Amino acid sequence: MLRWLRGVILGISVLVLSFAAHAQEVSREQIKGLDEQVQEIKSDVLGIAAELNQLEEKLLYPSNTQVAIFVSLASGETFRLDSVEIQLDGKPVAHHLYTFKELEALQKGGVQRIYAGNIRTGEHDLQVSVIGKPLGGADFRNTKSFKVNKDVGPKIVEISLAAQSITFKDR
Amino acid sequence: MYRLFVSLTILIFAASTAAAGTSAPKELKDLYFGEALYCAFQGDWFDAVARLDTELEQHYGLDEPRRDSLYYHINQAEFAVGDFELAYRMHRRAGRAITAVIEGNVREQVRNEAIFRLARIYFQKDQPINALYAVERTRGVVPPQIHDDLGFLRAQIFMANGRFTEAARILRDLQDAESLEGFSTYNLGVALLKDGKELKGRQYLDLAGRINGSDALTMAIKDKSNLVLGSKLLKEKNFEGVKQVLDRVHLKSPFSNRALLGSGWADAFQGRFERALVPWSVLVTREVTDASVQEAMLAVPYAYGKLDVHSKAAVMYGKALEKFGTEIDKLGASIKSIREGYFLRALAREELKQDANWVVKLRKLPQTPETYYLLELMASHDFQESLKNYLDLEELRKKLETWEGDLDAFEEIIEQRRAYYQPRLPAIDGKFRRLDSLMRLRLEQRNRIEQRLKAMLVVPRPDYLATAKERIISEQIVQLEQKLTAKSSTTPSSINDRIKRLRGVLHWNIYTDYDRRFTEAYKHLRDLNQVVDRLKRQYAAFVRTRQAATQSYEGYDEVIRRQRFLILEAREKVGELMARQGHMLETMAANELTRRRERLSELQIKARFGMAESYDRAIRAQTQEKVSP
Repeated sequence: MLRWLRGVILGISVLVLSFAAHAQEVSREQIKGLDEQVQEIKSDVLGIAAELNQLEEKLLYPSNTQVAIFVSLASGETFRLDSVEIQLDGKPVAHHLYTFKELEALQKGGVQRIYAGNIRTGEHDLQVSVIGKPLGGADFRNTKSFKVNKDVGPKIVEISLAAQSITFKDR
Repeated sequence: MYRLFVSLTILIFAASTAAAGTSAPKELKDLYFGEALYCAFQGDWFDAVARLDTELEQHYGLDEPRRDSLYYHINQAEFAVGDFELAYRMHRRAGRAITAVIEGNVREQVRNEAIFRLARIYFQKDQPINALYAVERTRGVVPPQIHDDLGFLRAQIFMANGRFTEAARILRDLQDAESLEGFSTYNLGVALLKDGKELKGRQYLDLAGRINGSDALTMAIKDKSNLVLGSKLLKEKNFEGVKQVLDRVHLKSPFSNRALLGSGWADAFQGRFERALVPWSVLVTREVTDASVQEAMLAVPYAYGKLDVHSKAAVMYGKALEKFGTEIDKLGASIKSIREGYFLRALAREELKQDANWVVKLRKLPQTPETYYLLELMASHDFQESLKNYLDLEELRKKLETWEGDLDAFEEIIEQRRAYYQPRLPAIDGKFRRLDSLMRLRLEQRNRIEQRLKAMLVVPRPDYLATAKERIISEQIVQLEQKLTAKSSTTPSSINDRIKRLRGVLHWNIYTDYDRRFTEAYKHLRDLNQVVDRLKRQYAAFVRTRQAATQSYEGYDEVIRRQRFLILEAREKVGELMARQGHMLETMAANELTRRRERLSELQIKARFGMAESYDRAIRAQTQEKVSP
């Protein structure tokens, strides 16, 4: 029984001192080698993604007709953004419901590309509708219209949202 | 039970967290950089890296990068891409990105922060010598926000390289660092122990075991310190010390099972079996899959035996035997389930991404292994990294599959465009060529007029501004004169006078009206310029549209073919790596369960012996009671 006791004590020490000991039954070299190969394939797939992005942009959104609409939150805004709807020339082109993660990403200063599409050169109507709820306030719906002037190059538009306002920034 | 998993994971990853520390710039100038941040803030590292890579490539491909909106954030973007790659566990690429920052023309603080990140990568990837080489390159001012973390990392690197004296010196200076509370003391204790300074080392472990704090991280390091120190004292048979130290471990702590077991043994070694039964009795009511609980299931009847309560000991050995049998069967089924692939399939479920504790809850799914036995393994760095790699590969597999579908769609779009444009374009081109030559002619005419008007500013030429009617009249006068000359008879002077008068009137009108006509001509030229501008715009728009029409379906075949090939190749590679990574995870899990099953088999044998011995003693005691009056 005493031998068993000693075994127990040693067992406790081993458990305490090394959490990762069990994983070493598969050799560390094997793990490392495989990890490096996974990193390589990630790199390859990222390369494919970059080329595909370029191909997609060239094929689907040529620069002379391209329009991209971005949504951001005004600095320090804490209201709960539920959804955003975008209409271009009276036609709804994007509608997005926000998850908690997405809202948090916007609050941290991230910018969402809510729509990428094609329009002719010239003036276009843009309507932005926002549904949200300010801290301790009631649900609100805010709609605002803007004019977008499409030129020869790609058109980039930023819509900055706050609880009280929608701001249009022509980039 | 998931607390154990969470706490272990926290302890393993806390001090070396690789979470991307990128924040958004105060004033965002480049929306595409903002989009990459949007992905990163949601933990969508693949898209974050892909987007920022594309942005950086485009930026550096420009003739004048200074005029690009990313120029305002270029240093931050360079850092961010390294951060994102690190978070996506692409350490080699992250290392290269950060090295580029270090070797670039950057401020001392930025350089030192980059060195810190690079050293951390090497340390995490188990390359302590490279980490040491990197961290020793820091010079001058260190950004205040990383000052303590850099010191702590340097100490850890020294420890990994066996330089415990230097590590201890740094850790001593970090004792007041609030963010490292507990961690710096615990590590200092370990460093001193490894450096042979046993007494001092124990003092610091003891100190770390007494810290106050209610957050999970502080509690975890406090309990770990007590457990390490308690185990050391137990080995040295300092039983009073063991009790003091292990009793400090919080009862709800994930480390409490081991503490309770050790505390019981400290009493048992001193022959105080009644007191040993207190922690052990608490322990046996806990989750049976825990190794300490299983040990306690034998320790309790052992203590009863020592207290001469053999019948109770026999019954408890019997119960332990029964439970061990059940657990061994469960483990056998779990190993079978792993080998049949259920474990991997369960690990790749979408829920895993939604709930960090999903791995703990896997056991509730049918045919999945008993994950409680795998908690420590699953919390280990190697398993976590392997699991993340497996899940990343699964994500890549899905992406590649989707992209193949995208390429099919692209080809269909291209075919439809070709079918629409190709038959129409020759006729359009023909018409355009005719209009084009007409346009060129008109533009040449306009240019000639402009040149002539400019010349007339220097040398006035009223005859150039004669009206059509005046030109006709002038021609008619010339014809009249020719006719009269041809008849060769003498023309009456009255006719000559009349002709001269007519020519004089014509000349008079042209010369006296010259200034007005000249101004008028300039106005017309200005009007014409406006029309020409509109024409040129229309021409350019047509040329662009015409080019876009061709470009909408031509020149894609080779790109798509190449992409198809790359995707196919990547899919094959991902499939192969997934199989290998999956097999590795299965092996780790199966090995762990086998080890636990073997341990249970040993305990089962001990329980059998214990039960037999207790029955013998109980019977002997009963016999003696009957014999003695």
